[in-house]
Amino acid sequence: MNVRQINWPLWAGVLLTLIAGFSYIAVFIWFPITRDFPWVNLLMFAVAAVFLWLGLRRGFARDRAHPTRSKIVASVLTTFSVLIIALFLFSYFVFARWLPPSTGAPQVGQKIPEFTLPDSSGRQVSLNELLTTPIEGKPPKGVLLIFYRGYW
Amino acid sequence: MCNSELRGIEKSLASFNQAGIRPVAISVDSPEDSRKLMEQAGYTFPFLSDQKTEVIRRYDLLHKGAGENGTDIARPAEFLVDRTGTVRWLNLTENYFRRARPEQVLDKANLLE
Repeated sequence: MNVRQINWPLWAGVLLTLIAGFSYIAVFIWFPITRDFPWVNLLMFAVAAVFLWLGLRRGFARDRAHPTRSKIVASVLTTFSVLIIALFLFSYFVFARWLPPSTGAPQVGQKIPEFTLPDSSGRQVSLNELLTTPIEGKPPKGVLLIFYRGYW
Repeated sequence: MCNSELRGIEKSLASFNQAGIRPVAISVDSPEDSRKLMEQAGYTFPFLSDQKTEVIRRYDLLHKGAGENGTDIARPAEFLVDRTGTVRWLNLTENYFRRARPEQVLDKANLLE
């Protein structure tokens, strides 16, 4: 196969799409500045879209050695990439917002209901104990309760 | 995901200690699972288990069917509680990926006496 016949922009677009998608989970999720809003990934998707557009045009150009194959490859890979981009956008902008409204949660100024739960060693720990057990020899000023989904 | 937030807390633990704020993580995980997670990730602040979602439901934080195999879990939420047990600040995120940052919480330390 003639190297000059390879549709480089198309493949670059596909590769960048994959990197843009997976790097959010693998890398950028670990830094609040790129986690809270995935601007790095959106930028990469934008660049990938330009490559995909160029690749699609090249795939449908008249001077291709194998016009039919070239069109099919360009169409399939572009569709695949667009689906990945759509999946990412859906995950962040739609799916991630499907959270219960929690209107009944304790509000600022309210007393938070007392609880007793086992810690990682199975010992029962009360909120009162958390609020009174000294931190580095000094009584605590407060407790930050962090509810999270759990290990998976 | 959750680990990104918890790791940030662990990294800022010295600042939390200095501010007199004790971070506490709560989930539906068993004490055994929490212990494994803490060992693996190097977390040193307390992890509590609410396997029956009793506290999670009392605080209206239940996210039905969002866990593995459709189990109920807690939605992400953070509460800063002062020594009298009064809520001084809370964060109920509207987007799963957007979480409270340690510096954001430490900024609120002045709300505590």
